[in-house]
Amino acid sequence: MLNYIWIGLVVIALIVGAINGRIEDVTQAAFQYANTSVEIAIGLIGIMALWLGIMNVAQEAGLVSMLARAIKPVSKRLFPEIPPEHPAMGAMILNIAANWLGLSNAATPFGLKAMEELQKLNETKDTATNAMATFLALNTGSITLIPATIIGVRVTLDSQNPAEIIGTTIFASTFACIFAVTATKILQRLPMFKVKDEEIIVADNTSQPENREDK
Amino acid sequence: MFEKIISFVSIWAIPVLLFIVPLLALKKKVKVYESFIDGAKGGFDVAVKIIPYLVAILVAIGMFRASGAMELFVTFISPLTDFVGMPAEALPAALMRPLSGSGTLGIATELMTEHGPDSFIGRLVSTFFGSTETTFYVIAVYFGCVGIKKTRHAVPAGLIGDFAGLMAALFICKIVFGS
Repeated sequence: MLNYIWIGLVVIALIVGAINGRIEDVTQAAFQYANTSVEIAIGLIGIMALWLGIMNVAQEAGLVSMLARAIKPVSKRLFPEIPPEHPAMGAMILNIAANWLGLSNAATPFGLKAMEELQKLNETKDTATNAMATFLALNTGSITLIPATIIGVRVTLDSQNPAEIIGTTIFASTFACIFAVTATKILQRLPMFKVKDEEIIVADNTSQPENREDK
Repeated sequence: MFEKIISFVSIWAIPVLLFIVPLLALKKKVKVYESFIDGAKGGFDVAVKIIPYLVAILVAIGMFRASGAMELFVTFISPLTDFVGMPAEALPAALMRPLSGSGTLGIATELMTEHGPDSFIGRLVSTFFGSTETTFYVIAVYFGCVGIKKTRHAVPAGLIGDFAGLMAALFICKIVFGS
């Protein structure tokens, strides 16, 4: 999926850019964004180290699994494949809590930590699991309680009531969250999104080679 | 009131966390400093691991934005948005939302400068901005850090969420702010 979207974006950009006479801008953008990507990643190192450090302390103190136990009733339904007290669960909760509070500096490190933990439970290492897709849906469709950035912009533009969009944002983002999570639960059953059997077999070293013949 | 509570929590969440976690760990006889260092070691690796994925996705999106393809796309689907009653001016912000956070913020700021932050369009694009995250960025970074290449249903599910968020934003803004 990402494959087609990626090729689509690049090909459309090149064709439309050529027609619009903006091909130089397109080239320029490619270099500029390659740079920006590295800047973003490098900028993450310090914050990443800080939160991963704190997270490790919390984990060794048993705080993360305590948190995971606390929301077991909800997590059992959302992530049936993940053992309720697995470290992945604690990291996911911290990520979601940070997202809802608008603490994006903390959200990404917790989220990446959660992905690493989820990957440990993954049998097909290059393919997303159901739990990963659900977790991603909770992130892309994250509930926003305080849209701080846009409120800041509204303040600079002399809005009479910069915060008046908080209510509408909570409503819209909650809706997005429910739809995204429901969509993962429905789509994961469709044949086109199933994890293919041969992928599990290839990933599993103990399987017999003749299992692969019939595909 | 609600607003005050939330902003209070978001200001205090991190300091309290940084205070309580080491203290409780100390009580449980964890070697706090060593444990912190052990965890923090992973920071560099994770950040470096996501670079190729970030470059791939951001370069493609950057090229797409620079080519002017977005404007073309807007003309194509504007009959559809007229049908659901979305102001044509707000459409680029809606389409940009899953692709680029800074791009959407730029468009939103421009629109609010032109129409005023308290206009219907201003309130609508403000709500758009908070209604979903930058789906492609999140997918690229999160899957990138663990080397997942086959994303299965994550992209369609994310986009369904984005679409639902945008429609919900339009709906609620029409009810609350009228148009």
